[in-house]
Amino acid sequence: MAGASSSSGVKAALSLIAKRFASSLLTLFLVSLVVFTIAQLLPGDAAQEALGQSATAEQVQALRHEMGLDRPAHERYASWLSGMVSGDPGQSLVANLPVSEVISSRLPNSLLLAALSALVAVPVALAIGIGSAMNRGGKLDRALNISTLSMVAVPEFLVATLAVLIFSVKLRWLPSIALVADDMSWGDYLRGAAMPILCLSIVVIAQMARMTRAAVIDQMDRPYVEMAVLKGVAPVRMVLRHIMPNAVAPIVNAMALSLSYLLGGAIIVETIFNYPGLASLMVNAVTSRDMPLLQACAMIFCAAYLILMLIADVTAILANPRLRAQ
Amino acid sequence: MTAHVEVNGLRVTARNAAGETFPIVSEIDFALKRGEVLALIGESGSGKTTIALTLLGHARPGATIAGGSIRVGDHEILSLDARGIAQLRGNRIAYIAQSAASAFNPSRTIMDQVIEPALIHHLMPRAQAEKKAVELFRALALPFPDTIGSRYPHQLSGGQLQRLMASMALVTDPELVILDEPTTALDVTTQIEVLRAFKAVVLERGATAVYVSHDLAVVAQMADQIVVLNQGRIREKGAADQILHRPADDYTKTLMAAARPAIRPAPKQAVLPSAPLLEIRDMTAGYGKIGKDGRPRIPVLRDINLTIERGATLGVIGESGSGKSTMARVIAGLLPPAQGEVLLNGEPLPPGLKGRSRDQFRRIQLVFQNADTALNPAHSVGQILSRPLAFYHGLKGNAARLRVLELLDLIRLPATVIDRRCGELSGGQKQRINLARALAADPELILCDEVTSALDTVVGAAILDLMAELRKELGVAYMFISHDISTVRAICDDILVLYSGTMVDMGRREAFRAAPFHPYTDLLIGSVPEMRAGWLEESAAARSLPRIGAPAEEADLCRFLPRCPARIDGLCNVTPPPRHQLSKGNDILCHHGEVTLTQVQGVAA
Ligand SMILES: Nc1ncnc2c1ncn2[C@@H]1O[C@H](COP(=O)(O)OP(=O)(O)OP(=O)(O)O)[C@@H](O)[C@H]1O
Ligand code: SF4
Ligand SMILES: [Mg+2]
Repeated sequence: MAGASSSSGVKAALSLIAKRFASSLLTLFLVSLVVFTIAQLLPGDAAQEALGQSATAEQVQALRHEMGLDRPAHERYASWLSGMVSGDPGQSLVANLPVSEVISSRLPNSLLLAALSALVAVPVALAIGIGSAMNRGGKLDRALNISTLSMVAVPEFLVATLAVLIFSVKLRWLPSIALVADDMSWGDYLRGAAMPILCLSIVVIAQMARMTRAAVIDQMDRPYVEMAVLKGVAPVRMVLRHIMPNAVAPIVNAMALSLSYLLGGAIIVETIFNYPGLASLMVNAVTSRDMPLLQACAMIFCAAYLILMLIADVTAILANPRLRAQ
Repeated sequence: MTAHVEVNGLRVTARNAAGETFPIVSEIDFALKRGEVLALIGESGSGKTTIALTLLGHARPGATIAGGSIRVGDHEILSLDARGIAQLRGNRIAYIAQSAASAFNPSRTIMDQVIEPALIHHLMPRAQAEKKAVELFRALALPFPDTIGSRYPHQLSGGQLQRLMASMALVTDPELVILDEPTTALDVTTQIEVLRAFKAVVLERGATAVYVSHDLAVVAQMADQIVVLNQGRIREKGAADQILHRPADDYTKTLMAAARPAIRPAPKQAVLPSAPLLEIRDMTAGYGKIGKDGRPRIPVLRDINLTIERGATLGVIGESGSGKSTMARVIAGLLPPAQGEVLLNGEPLPPGLKGRSRDQFRRIQLVFQNADTALNPAHSVGQILSRPLAFYHGLKGNAARLRVLELLDLIRLPATVIDRRCGELSGGQKQRINLARALAADPELILCDEVTSALDTVVGAAILDLMAELRKELGVAYMFISHDISTVRAICDDILVLYSGTMVDMGRREAFRAAPFHPYTDLLIGSVPEMRAGWLEESAAARSLPRIGAPAEEADLCRFLPRCPARIDGLCNVTPPPRHQLSKGNDILCHHGEVTLTQVQGVAA
């Protein structure tokens, strides 16, 4: 009887996850519509931009035709979308290279930066959040509370500038510009990327630690925790075996939100440190009216965001026996 | 033989918002021998749980154990360090919490939690612990003892969780078990099963036990010694027999009196006008979409027919989930019925809130169980009572204030509370304000949904007295919803028994004094503990379920069939029961006739 209920539970959970996945795909489709429309509404056009002020109207017209800019919008949308799905998001208008090539030179850098920042930020944030929750109201908790609060309050361009001042100008430990080349050794890469990673981590650590603390404390006031204390459960086991299974869903949700912020925050940090990532590529695409490139970058950011949210949802489903076994 | 557990001069303090410390309990002394059961009784806030927890060396956040000594066996509890005390907890001293439903971790399986004490104290390997847990499940009469451990808390009922919690406490064979109101959250019929299981398993293993309760009749079944607490101090202590039958202290006497509800006689009825105040005809209601057959997706109530006369009190009883609150919601218009109609003074009421006039709203008022959530704690009493006065009667300014003072007088609260905020009032005072708010509308019918369930016996009894007086003075009618049959029998003129959304028994109060009853009514009445030792054992003898064949598939059989001790094979599991009248005047839904019911129940009664 229990066996039957758990196998039907797995089925229920799978169908729930499949539903979330389908709704993510639908969202992505709607986002593609929005991205395309907004790109159409931006003033200026790439042909004009490429030929400069002195070009004649005929020249511009000819180039527009060549670039396919004079076809009706829905046709262009359909061919762009089918291109995106089949892995060919078109030709970059400015670089005169396939968009996929331009992006593939930058995407790994961005992913690496995000992954390393997450690798630093997540464990530190968990440790701070859980540590201050366990010490609730104590000295450690208050100290951590004040420091995370001030970290949340400082904007990242200030963090970046301060970091440059301290580590590059004063101490001269790290370069202020993140030079990244294909043939670099890992050590050189880490030295070059250390400051962007540091700046990105600091901002998200503070957010994640505060949300982790709140999620753990919310559980600590539940009667089942008092019951576990009265069973003689030690504090570490209490957090790992009793509280975490209940707090994991809100924590992962908070983490996913903060990490998706890494994507956006990257724009400022990449610009300040001149890091060759996707975000600075997208900024360039906006200024040069390179719509295919801009659209592809926007879609990648949205997809990354949706993947993070999907991970959070799936974790919440798997962590909750009620959702798992309905 | 020296005492097994000894408490001397115990004092626990807490800190209030202003930072001053004040005592929660003080001068607590008691001792009990090995294998004895000591009951701590008192109203909520009297410090029962606080004392029980100190035996485990625990104080809730904000409280501190400030002095005294506690000895359990060879251990001086208050001089142990954190590690030392953690080694005793869940090992030599075990705790069974008041609400098992919230004391189990929702994300872990039952088995994991039940054997955890044995594992963290390294008493036995996992396989052995699981085997022992299954034995305990069996001894506690839990269903599917071999597989129940793999379930999660939300898949089990309150009564089952309470027994599972007992198995968690007993898996380490503790020398002292502390039971904190372990049956308070349960229905009477479930409570009796759990009590029986506790008595068989906890007590017969020779453990010493401290049993915390506010219910004297329950305590009478379990305790050897009783300690009566009031406002953090011991009022009286002694052998159970002496406290229950020859109480010396005045407070103990009040407690005893409140535990036996006084009959509050109905006032003489005026000449009845032609139409009853409220009438419900063939009503079916539930939640979710209404299907083609006119039944909602989650049907709750079906075929309800009843009338309430002017100034009368109808009691509605049934266990949790039987549809009592749903009935009140339908009458109040919060839930439109799927079929049937509700008539007020002979006129059909619009089914939902929308079509009802302000005057129709005024005539029917609803008072909820939980005054805490119904009243905004930030608003003053005056503000809360002025609102219905303005809404229903257009009263403002001085006229409204005068009326508020009248209302406060009516509910026996001093005029000075008018400016107090609701958050500052006690539970009983809040429930009075809640009543006054309903009275402000000048209603003809007040629907009271479990109005005394959240209150202590003594405070609850005072509210019932107040309601009886209001009825005499104002002539309002009540629909009194409760799960407690003794209260309903004490204050209501007519009684309706609901089982799983059907009316199984309905009649005048007098008809509920002696057998024959509907078999479910009989079970309800028989499950209310009596205030004498040995009742539990006697009542256990009378209950065994006759064997029956598989129930017929389509037939609309009696809902009580699976639990009915009077069921008849070949009849109850084949044909739907008829509704018929007994000579005492009550209508029952059962295959049994008067003669056979009297035979079955006459013996037990
Ligand atoms: N909003 C809702 N949606 C679906 N089902 C509901 C809803 N509210 C109540 N129920 C179900 O209707 C049934 C009757 O509920 P109701 O609240 O009337 O019970 P009750 O007799 O008052 O119980 P209690 O003594 O616990 O208050 C229960 O099975 C309950 O789960
Ligand atoms: S109809 Fe049968 S099962 Fe139902 S209450 Fe009567 S005797 Fe019991
Ligand atoms: Mg209810």
